[in-house]
Amino acid sequence: MNRSGNGPLFMNPDPDEARAFFRNKKVALTDKVMSVKEAVSRFVNDGDYLGSGGFGTNRIATAALHEIVRQKKCDLGFAGHTTTHDFQILAAGNRGGEKVLARVDAAYIVGLEARGLSPQARRIMQSGEVDVCEWTNYALACRLQAAAMGVSFLPVRSMFGTDTFEHSAAKEIDCPFTGQKVMAVPALSPDVSVIHVHESDCYGNCRIYGITMADLELARASKRVIVTAEKIVTTDAIRERPYDTVIPSFCVDAVCDVPFGSYPGNMPGEYFSDEDHLKVWMAVEADEAQYDAFLEKHIYGVSHFSEYLTRCGGEERIAILRAQELNVGDA
Amino acid sequence: MAAYNAMELMICVASRLLEDGATVAVGTGGPCATAMLAQKTHAPNLYIMFEAGGMAPQLPSMPISVGDSRTFYRGLMATGMCDVMEACQRGVVDYAFLGGGQIDAYGNLNSTVIGDYDHPKVRFPGSGGANDFASFCWHTLIMTQHDARRFVERVDFLTSPGYLTGAGAREEAGLPPNTGPYRVITDLAVMGFDEKTKRMQVEYLHPGVSFEQVQQNTGFEMLQGDEVHETQPPSEGELRVLREQVDPHGYLIGRA
Repeated sequence: MNRSGNGPLFMNPDPDEARAFFRNKKVALTDKVMSVKEAVSRFVNDGDYLGSGGFGTNRIATAALHEIVRQKKCDLGFAGHTTTHDFQILAAGNRGGEKVLARVDAAYIVGLEARGLSPQARRIMQSGEVDVCEWTNYALACRLQAAAMGVSFLPVRSMFGTDTFEHSAAKEIDCPFTGQKVMAVPALSPDVSVIHVHESDCYGNCRIYGITMADLELARASKRVIVTAEKIVTTDAIRERPYDTVIPSFCVDAVCDVPFGSYPGNMPGEYFSDEDHLKVWMAVEADEAQYDAFLEKHIYGVSHFSEYLTRCGGEERIAILRAQELNVGDA
Repeated sequence: MAAYNAMELMICVASRLLEDGATVAVGTGGPCATAMLAQKTHAPNLYIMFEAGGMAPQLPSMPISVGDSRTFYRGLMATGMCDVMEACQRGVVDYAFLGGGQIDAYGNLNSTVIGDYDHPKVRFPGSGGANDFASFCWHTLIMTQHDARRFVERVDFLTSPGYLTGAGAREEAGLPPNTGPYRVITDLAVMGFDEKTKRMQVEYLHPGVSFEQVQQNTGFEMLQGDEVHETQPPSEGELRVLREQVDPHGYLIGRA
């Protein structure tokens, strides 16, 4: 007998609903360069479902995540697809009566891999204030892939026999060709995603130098995409090597010029993660007063990501992280 | 004989299970260090895959994240998660190599919650890629510290599949056939799984460790294999590479 997971399905997997949206999304090449503040203000609405690019502490759109918290966006759904420091940033928004995160599709949340668990992310997930549905990283990537393909689900062969399945919204089905059981995972079209890339032109044609995690799927699945880029390049440069474009401009709604935008995360070929800063962030979370002061200093008390960078040591600090990234093989 | 600590022993013993030329999908923490040690010693052609898209790197140092830039340093390919997971799903990958939270006699793993799911005592990260790797790869290797809090009769939450309820249960549930846990490497012993019942059994005891000691640190009835061997302790060479190249800052092995 085929079984269904009992977790909540937060988003409608109907591809026709997505098609109706994409039909009206403009493909024309228009200049989309704007500040992070404007992008978040225009494209992230209260109640939206949010996707976060990268991989936790690697190539994350830190500036956009800070801005979402700073603007006190509320009641968001979230795709927790190996979300570590990005989840930790958003969790800071569930505080003092505010609630950034309301619903989470969880494949990997709360932890920062070998660095341990975030006390504040744990607090919001243990308090019951956030609705949660369990997935695996691949299942969640396939949900994005299904939406990117414009179909309502994809079959996978994981999750069977586990509580991860019981607490998911996946469904067992029979393959119409072989009769084997497969796990159907429903398409996921986030309302908006934030993705950090190495280079973009003013229209949102993006290049990523390194592993792409699930970002190619995320960009295509999402109704709106905010791109933050280490560097804005000319469209002529894009046209010289069209094979390097991994996200096409018609997926993208905003392009923000954010050098060092993955800090304190790693940016391949540019700078390594700031392990000291991440350690301090983790440590202050254990003390409510210290944590409030820390958030005030680094998020609420600054108006722009560059001020955060300055408060974390600015160019001098980045130079050290750049050396760690580039000289890694010298040891 | 060289002096070593429990973590060093575990990493050295586990690394020997990764033969040269094999493919392995590695999880965060201990497995990263272990795969790198294998690559730097007996298995230079070990094909290491990371779930975020790193393929066959020549690891310059232990990755801190399975998605950091070291996971594709001098790699053969930098791709994405679906590409890596799908290689596993279509049967290319020999080993999944995972760390453990709670584990039961069938090698089922919990990395989601301690306590009741709706009112957890501790919320852990969840599956990440572990459920996928443990479902798809031919053999699952698990490394974890050995104590009765981790080795439990019943996991609080079954995050990633071992043999579920016993022989045939994986296939019946819908998982690809002939897959499942292969070895569990701890600071006390190396366990395998009984052919018939798919329950965990001791196959190697580390130097100076008795079976009784393993049982005392296990919350379920531990079986003994037909022959129980003694583990070869870490060699000077393995320890040197581990301390000087793999984890020179002592993140995992606790030495600087």
